[in-house]
Amino acid sequence: MSGYIQSETDESLARELCSPLPTERVMFTYMMNAIAFGFTGLALIPLLSILWEIFVRGISGLKSDMFVKAVIDNGFGNAILGTIIMVIIGAIFSIPTGIMTGIFLAEFGQTNPITSIVRFIASILTGVPSIVVGVFAYGVIVLLTKGFSAIAGGFALAVIMLPVIILTTEESLKLIPTSQRLASAALGGTRFQTTFRIVLTTAIPGITTGILLAVARAAGETAPLIFTALFSLDWSEGLLSPTASLPVLIFNLYNDPDPQKSQLVWTTSIVLIGLILGVSIISRLVIRQRRIK
Amino acid sequence: MANLSDDSNLGDESFNLTEISGTNFWFDQGFTRLVYFFAVITVAVLFLMSWVILHEALPAIKQFGVGFLWGQNWDTGNQIFGALPYIYGTLVSSAIAILFAVPVGMAVALVTSENFLPTSLRTILAFVVELIAAIPSVIIGLWAIFVFIPVLEPLQKWLASNLKWIPLFNTEDPSGTNILTAGVILAIMILPTMAAISRDVLMAIPKELRSASMALGSTRWETIFRVLLPSGFSGIVSAAMLALGRALGETMAVTMVIGNSAQISASLLDPAYTIPSVLANEFAEAEPGLHIGALSYLALILFGLTLAVNIGAVLLVKWVGRKNK
Repeated sequence: MSGYIQSETDESLARELCSPLPTERVMFTYMMNAIAFGFTGLALIPLLSILWEIFVRGISGLKSDMFVKAVIDNGFGNAILGTIIMVIIGAIFSIPTGIMTGIFLAEFGQTNPITSIVRFIASILTGVPSIVVGVFAYGVIVLLTKGFSAIAGGFALAVIMLPVIILTTEESLKLIPTSQRLASAALGGTRFQTTFRIVLTTAIPGITTGILLAVARAAGETAPLIFTALFSLDWSEGLLSPTASLPVLIFNLYNDPDPQKSQLVWTTSIVLIGLILGVSIISRLVIRQRRIK
Repeated sequence: MANLSDDSNLGDESFNLTEISGTNFWFDQGFTRLVYFFAVITVAVLFLMSWVILHEALPAIKQFGVGFLWGQNWDTGNQIFGALPYIYGTLVSSAIAILFAVPVGMAVALVTSENFLPTSLRTILAFVVELIAAIPSVIIGLWAIFVFIPVLEPLQKWLASNLKWIPLFNTEDPSGTNILTAGVILAIMILPTMAAISRDVLMAIPKELRSASMALGSTRWETIFRVLLPSGFSGIVSAAMLALGRALGETMAVTMVIGNSAQISASLLDPAYTIPSVLANEFAEAEPGLHIGALSYLALILFGLTLAVNIGAVLLVKWVGRKNK
């Protein structure tokens, strides 16, 4: 009697074990797969559409003399020059400060409470909205020099570049094995010698990509420039006068009824996006390769 | 070994192994000081920023006090300023963005972290989604106006004509520039943040957890819902918070699509205004005094808001990291 029941449960158990999953669980799997892949596809559409539209609408208007003409003559030469000048001003302030702070974070005691405060503040700086950085630069430079200028714009870009450089420098210094530092110290190297001759020379590629990422980010910033550097249709008169930049050109002219100007906006977008995507793709690929090693 | 004891150098007074020569010593001291100096500059930037913005906002703070937060008028001519419509627009557009970005970002994170696809394809996919973050905000705004709004507008018109009984869609003949469009654009812009951080969180979950759940007979999605998402929950929440912080401060694209009208309306198809947008539109032409003060006061509110969200997210990440160790 008991043997009979035993064999029956065995059979049903066996049937359940050998049968495929119940329909609702299979359906659930298929449904979630479809949702996940659908959403991922959805996420890719904007990027592809942006790149495609800008290429198609902008490429026809691209002429080589645009690079040497000012906006007033339907070129974007003064905006390119302005962007380069302001990024350089930003770099002059942010690269030394960023690299030194990165060294401080990676080399001067990683568990030191002061280090963790500085690291905390660097990561908080990353999250400060760029428009707030603009208000800061306005308060520091524009009010002080009594005028919108390339210097004020460059200062705002410096604040935006700073945390990016700090965090990437720290990351690339951390990748260097401690044994190299110990070897240098064992040979009698001081902290200065170890940091400059061993650690920094090995980390230069990583730090360079960090700087490139920061430059790419700064070159595309609009918000902090619209009331620090303002804009100018013609070539800038100097570092202390309003200066044009590529992103602000797009923002100021996107609604312009003049067809030549609206064509200029799309062509400028190609140049700007080519510049930024080129730099950031190269630097990201380099970072990725280093991580895999 | 025998030679060592014969070596007269070791006993020599002039040969000291631990000595650092003068120049090197000063180099080292100077270098240490320099590094500390630059680290202090970094810290000072944040505090200086808070102080400068507070200082600029002082006229408005003295004039309006805390009442500025719920004042609803923004009248430049009569020097009456209130922040509520801007705060409302900022919060609502960011909320819409989070609503869209969290599920899509999670889907991208899951597809690129679990083994749905071969590794090479996953890496490329994650890389391409991250590229959205590199596109300048102003170009996304340009694309939104000329490409995205014409696509979205018929849908919004349909919503307005067929679902008018829902207050969220109660707008007569909506134009494409409204708070819903701004929210969707913001969602696109914060998607890389959401996806990349959630992906890191999911990849950090030990493989044994997945195997254990699979060994007990769960399907892949049951494992994801019952094991992976609960164990990565706090990390995912902090990813959403960082994304929210980014959405709150995003300026150019929102300014171009939100319609820039300082009103509080329940309908998502009505134009609105955000704090970053009003700063972008009015700061350059504002008159020194109460107008600049009021705008700086808005910047201060935005600063405080994003600071709170970001500090919360960073602390949460730290807390999770400590717990996992």
